[in-house]
Amino acid sequence: MKVIMSGNEAIARGAYEGGARFASAYPGTPSTEILENMPQYGDAVYSEWAPNEKVATEAAIGASIAGVRSFCAMKHVGMNVAADPIYTFAYTGVTGGFVMVVADDPGQHSSQNEQDNRNQAKAARLLMLEPSDSQEAHDFMKKAFALSEKMDMPVLMHVTTRVCHSKGIVELGEREEADVPDYEPKIKKYVTAPANAKVLRATLEDRVKAAREYACNCEFNRVEMHDTKIGVITSGVSYQYARETFGDNASYLKLGLTFPMPTCLIKDFCSKVDKVYVVEEMDPYIEEHVKMLGIECTGKDVIPRFDELNTDIVRKAFLGVEPETYTSDMKTVVRPPALCAGCPHRGLFYCLSKREKKDGIMITGDIGCYTLGMAAPLNALHSCICMGASISQGHGASIALRDAGKKTKVVSVIGDSTFFHTGVNSLMDAVYNSGSNLSIILDNRITGMTGHQQNPGTGYTLMGKEAPEVDIPALCKAIGVKEENIITVNPNHLDEVNAALDTLLAKDEPTVLITRWPCVLKKFSKQDLDEFPTLHKTQCVIDQDKCKNCKMCVKTGCPALISTKEKVVIDYTSCNGCTVCKQVCPFKAIEEVTR
Amino acid sequence: MSEVKNILLVGVGGQGTILASKILTSGLMKAGYDVKMSEIHGMSQRGGSVSTQVRYGDKVYSPIVGKGSADVIVAFEEMEALRWLDHLKIGGKMVINDHQIQPVPVNLGMAEYPEGIIEHLKEKVDVLSFKAAEVATELGNPKAMNIVLLGALVKAMGLDDIDWDAEIEANVKAKFVELNKKAFHAGYNL
Ligand SMILES: Cc1ncc(C[n+]2csc(CCOP(=O)(O)OP(=O)(O)O)c2C)c(N)n1
Ligand code: SF4
Ligand code: SF4
Ligand code: SF4
Repeated sequence: MKVIMSGNEAIARGAYEGGARFASAYPGTPSTEILENMPQYGDAVYSEWAPNEKVATEAAIGASIAGVRSFCAMKHVGMNVAADPIYTFAYTGVTGGFVMVVADDPGQHSSQNEQDNRNQAKAARLLMLEPSDSQEAHDFMKKAFALSEKMDMPVLMHVTTRVCHSKGIVELGEREEADVPDYEPKIKKYVTAPANAKVLRATLEDRVKAAREYACNCEFNRVEMHDTKIGVITSGVSYQYARETFGDNASYLKLGLTFPMPTCLIKDFCSKVDKVYVVEEMDPYIEEHVKMLGIECTGKDVIPRFDELNTDIVRKAFLGVEPETYTSDMKTVVRPPALCAGCPHRGLFYCLSKREKKDGIMITGDIGCYTLGMAAPLNALHSCICMGASISQGHGASIALRDAGKKTKVVSVIGDSTFFHTGVNSLMDAVYNSGSNLSIILDNRITGMTGHQQNPGTGYTLMGKEAPEVDIPALCKAIGVKEENIITVNPNHLDEVNAALDTLLAKDEPTVLITRWPCVLKKFSKQDLDEFPTLHKTQCVIDQDKCKNCKMCVKTGCPALISTKEKVVIDYTSCNGCTVCKQVCPFKAIEEVTR
Repeated sequence: MSEVKNILLVGVGGQGTILASKILTSGLMKAGYDVKMSEIHGMSQRGGSVSTQVRYGDKVYSPIVGKGSADVIVAFEEMEALRWLDHLKIGGKMVINDHQIQPVPVNLGMAEYPEGIIEHLKEKVDVLSFKAAEVATELGNPKAMNIVLLGALVKAMGLDDIDWDAEIEANVKAKFVELNKKAFHAGYNL
């Protein structure tokens, strides 16, 4: 059967067909929809959200050691978090076929950095597959499990935003069941105490060597001979851009298995063409290998080393042609993303922005929707490095500032999912080492940024089952934060937020403020409706007779407030009745009405 | 080999370009074309600019519509039409929803929304513009705006041989099928 699928849907389907029985992931654009598409195969494949990528990888490794085909999935930076287990799992090899799906984001559509994880496959020695569209994403994923078992190596399925989020036609197949052997301990294989690990280190090189030979004669790497004046070596989605640029005026070595690199195949291909071009996104991963073989080629001297590629860029780089286009001297205005109308983060950031101006606090930030607290008009977030870093950075800064004799207070903001990801370790550091930062945990009852995934605090699993909820105040207390230093507030009530900030900022020890109100885009659970009975029940309107057009409400940054020179109105289709604008209006011109 | 056709649907996060492109690509596949579609998710969901790119023909390689190559651009919002103008093929057509959504910098008084975009574009290119939400509201629900725009797109691309009613039935909840069919034909007959 043929269907239209995104790369992510195709990977999920491929995993199902390939006999996977266990999947674990932490969400992250552009990889999130892989696991979101797994529950439909729920009878055959168990799948779960883990609190972070390291845990997801380890859980899948456990399943593999137990003899079951398994995979984990993550965005590119997730692989940094998961680097520790995967680098050593490369030594031990697998029992059940194991695939780590990693989605890079060239062009940083939704990421804090751009990194080419093909380098990590080389560094850790993982068999690497690079599909170039949905059909290949499906086929490669399906075959990856058996390949992993055959070579006794974990597979890195390397994809990029354009493969994950583009749709194409996919021919589906049947599921292939793999037998699960009875469990049998393999201590020499899996206990990497130095004596065993040194042996494994050596056999790893043997496995890589065998894989290199396999790479030269495998179905993942393919030669397409046409005109031989130009030979293009390429992989992933770049193949599509190259194919479109050169058509049949060039021959292609299309690589799908790129670690280990198929050396003989490359040499052979290059000997048959006059000139070699390498077309790849981000780092010169293939190019460096080709050059190392002593073969001259053109690649990064004409193609950018960063950002996404597309056919326009490749065509201009190699053929020097640019498309004819319409132009206009009329200027567009940028359309930056903003916190949603009624977002529970708005109230908190509004209060912080006032204090930031008045008291000069330092606000260390983290990654999630609340990172948008940095943007105008709130401007109330000063750093964002990686997940979980807000509290640890805040701890370091609070000690450093105190020791330097400065009075600046430090506030750290972190979302619920990010707190469970790695923030909880950071809080331990702050408490254990007597820091003095205020940690604000923005508990909007869901993982918002990546499109509303369940997490250990929401009471549900990926497969839709009810689950125990992490009790955040109790967890903070268990870590050692004093009970009187933990306050929970409704962030839509500015008075409550301000009172709590007053109390906690006056202390010189680790404190925690929890803002608890659901994300307005969340699909509310029964528990949510019980706990937050006023959700979406009201909205606000501006009484134009009372409004003095002072624009104070607009400074909350709510996109439902539409401001023109003449007046401000509330768009009733998007207002969610959080009442933050009402609370900041100095002329009592905003009313709350039933929806 | 027939030439690859390119379509761009552009708008603002939350405007419902996804359903329109789903129906479009599924119809194209059934008509025997190779189809690719690309979308950017993520940060752009929170009120940012969004684009859906659709390409079809005998064989499609890249999922991305390049500059100067779109046969039709459907803009769900005026300024987004202007933003993507350089992607239109010379002689291509624009279908523009006569509707403005103020971006944050305009709301905060830090920038001004450009005036007269549609007239400006009409001086350069073939533009069909109308108030899609009004057309949809007359049919009973402003949300069917995206399908009105889809109807206009199908007309502009001359994709008459496909059974679009069947695609709507297959992709839309039962209770909205009639509304969406009407919306499609209203857009088609504009
Ligand atoms: C290591 C890593 N994994 C995943 C991501 C993708 N990511 C960014 S924010 C986020 C979740 C944020 O959720 P939460 O902390 O609950 O905040 P919210 O968006 O709900 O405000 C995720 C998964 C990332 N940036 N880095
Ligand atoms: S109540 Fe005010 S601030 Fe809240 S969503 Fe409505 S318009 Fe926006
Ligand atoms: S998705 Fe939820 S958390 Fe994110 S900005 Fe919107 S309301 Fe806020
Ligand atoms: S804050 Fe009140 S008076 Fe000022 S513009 Fe808004 S509604 Fe009008």
